[in-house]
Amino acid sequence: MNFELLLFWAPATVAVVSTALVITRKNASRALVYLVISLLAVAVVFFVLGAPFAAALEVVVYAGAIVILFLFVVMMLNLGRSSMLREGRWLRPDMWVLPSLLAFVLLIALFHAFAGGQAKTSGVEVPPRAVGRSLFGPYLLAVELAGFLLLAALVGAYHLGRRYLEERRSDAGADNDDAGDATPSP
Amino acid sequence: MAIAIPVEHVLYLAALLFLLGLVGVLVRRNVIFLLMSLEVMMNAAGLAFVAAGAKWGQPDGQVMFMLILCLAAAEVAVALGLVLQLSRRFESLDVDVADELSG
Repeated sequence: MNFELLLFWAPATVAVVSTALVITRKNASRALVYLVISLLAVAVVFFVLGAPFAAALEVVVYAGAIVILFLFVVMMLNLGRSSMLREGRWLRPDMWVLPSLLAFVLLIALFHAFAGGQAKTSGVEVPPRAVGRSLFGPYLLAVELAGFLLLAALVGAYHLGRRYLEERRSDAGADNDDAGDATPSP
Repeated sequence: MAIAIPVEHVLYLAALLFLLGLVGVLVRRNVIFLLMSLEVMMNAAGLAFVAAGAKWGQPDGQVMFMLILCLAAAEVAVALGLVLQLSRRFESLDVDVADELSG
């Protein structure tokens, strides 16, 4: 294995190991820290592949924003020692066997499909300028649609995150019962 | 400092990460861990896109990665709102408690 492949496989190994640790942890906040390590390792892979803008976005948006959102929710839910014990009850060792076996079969099939190719990556760096020109040129409609998607997610998250949603729902039910009565109050 | 590496190695890595996320989705019952595994799977798909873009030296792969990033951010915002509702209504994070539609 030459040095260039090592430059790729070192962060790739870190990514795979930390991802395996993410899906096996019992403590949610520790799993989140391993998820950050995995995402940072994938960002290094992006950098090696010649996509520095994607690497920066991976660090800023994934590791910086999405994981922090997860962390806020874990803090709000106040998961303590009892939740770790419950995770231990849910994660019995025999539950891992069949999903891992199925995923392994799929992995063998995918490796078989990928193997034997002679193609190499181009080795040229695609600068952020080219990405920006492509985004606001041929992909302009996709950018607008992504904006719509984020707006819909904003409205949906605001609606779902309200604390008084259930009380309002029971109030609405009481109103309907009042309307069903035939005697209107003066 | 981009270097030329075989494309199938990057696809191996993407497949490994995707299937690790798939195992996480299949095994875990805590909804927060399910969402983390989904993030891992989407990240692996984005890695495959970036690898394809690097193969041709074109920015299209990174553009698709950014769209996947938007999708992941939108998904996680809505899904964490659902997690908060789940924990308030059922006092649990187990996805199997929310089975009122199963009749």
